Amino acid sequence: MRVVVDYDLCESNAVCMGIAPEVFEVRDDDLLYVLQEHPDESFRERMELAVARCPKQAISIED
Amino acid sequence: MPEGVDNVIVVGASLAGVRAAETLRKDGHVGPLVVIGAEHHTPYDRPPLSKEVLTSTVEPDLSLRAVAAGLDVDLRLGLSATALRAEARELDLSDGTTLRFDGLVVATGCRARTLPGTEDIQRVLTLRTLDDARRLRRLLAEGARRVLVVGGGFIGLEVAASCRSLRCQVTLVEPLDQPLVRILGPEVGLAVADLHRSNGVDVRVGVGVAAVEALGDANAGVSVELTTGERVEADVVVVGIGVIPNTSWLEGSGLRVEDGVLCDETTLAAPGVVAAGDVARWPNPLFGETMRVEHWEHALDMASHAARRLMAGSAPGEPYAPVPWFWSDQYDRKIQFAGRSHPGDRTVVVDGTVGGDRFCVLYGDGERVTGVLGVNMAARVVRYRKAIAEGMAWGDLA
Repeated sequence: MRVVVDYDLCESNAVCMGIAPEVFEVRDDDLLYVLQEHPDESFRERMELAVARCPKQAISIED
Repeated sequence: MPEGVDNVIVVGASLAGVRAAETLRKDGHVGPLVVIGAEHHTPYDRPPLSKEVLTSTVEPDLSLRAVAAGLDVDLRLGLSATALRAEARELDLSDGTTLRFDGLVVATGCRARTLPGTEDIQRVLTLRTLDDARRLRRLLAEGARRVLVVGGGFIGLEVAASCRSLRCQVTLVEPLDQPLVRILGPEVGLAVADLHRSNGVDVRVGVGVAAVEALGDANAGVSVELTTGERVEADVVVVGIGVIPNTSWLEGSGLRVEDGVLCDETTLAAPGVVAAGDVARWPNPLFGETMRVEHWEHALDMASHAARRLMAGSAPGEPYAPVPWFWSDQYDRKIQFAGRSHPGDRTVVVDGTVGGDRFCVLYGDGERVTGVLGVNMAARVVRYRKAIAEGMAWGDLA
């Protein structure tokens, strides 16, 4: 599983960080950093929630 | 799916309805699944209506990803529910047909409140639907330059900001002391008013609308008399004075309707009937408060929860206990709030200065922190939101 963020859409709402801080981090510069581009399979449910909850639909998962 | 819940109807085809259907399918509902939507449009995302739809040269793609990916449902658009008999599990539709169901999701949302007496004035608009947004966009494109916004809530403020970015002359009237005062309190409310003033909006607080008069035909402007006696002429008036839950079809249904459909703490409104999104009112055990929440993320989350509650059948079901969250983009500010606030709350500024480019304020009662506001402080809001979910007390503030 690969996590892809479309940075043209991302507005650093940080919702994804609330769901999986191990994978997503919005820092004080207001930018989103993907900490793990290939998270473990055990993250799948949370990754799907992050995809659904992103207000800008900026996150996708590639298998 | 438990015995007897194989035929499900979702009433409402916006974010909550679509998410409920998506969750039902994802969690293994294989039986018939009908989704009924009153609007003719394919289900779409509403937050851009007050922002990008008004300001972009090309209308942005508003399709909901779940729909674009292909939802395996019987989607019936341009159709509304007219009556429900919950005990008999029958639903009447606007085309005269009656459907039977084993499970029903009520997700009919809300409609915009209008200014009484202005419904027939073409240049007085509300902003709730794609048709509303396109009408406003067209008027702006055709040269409407003087915009009067009635109501300093989130819709009104976002429209004001969007219209300023189009170089319109914008006046905003708010009957209370400050915009957003009931949610964010007087200090932050003033900061929001000042943000708009510094971006060129004529913000007038403590001012309501006394009368509205069309100046000639549909192509002419509108003259608005304010409660101060002043008159403001505008090419278009946008009314953002709140919403009303769409529950008139539930009269005599057997469901309890009290400013929304009253559910139990698991989102169940009656046996075989759940509700979700901004039409639903339920006791949130995390806050000990019965609430109705009109936010985007809430529509998603409550719909997933309600779908699972429906599939649990006669099992007791899990309580729905979220910390509600929303965002609003105005100019270069990302305003986010998580949790709950009430007039007279204790507030503590934990970062920055109220009115600055970035700041963070906590809200709460005497003991607990119940809400967090962030302006350009998204990460801070995430962390406090988690703390609020865990029952943060004022004493936990380092």
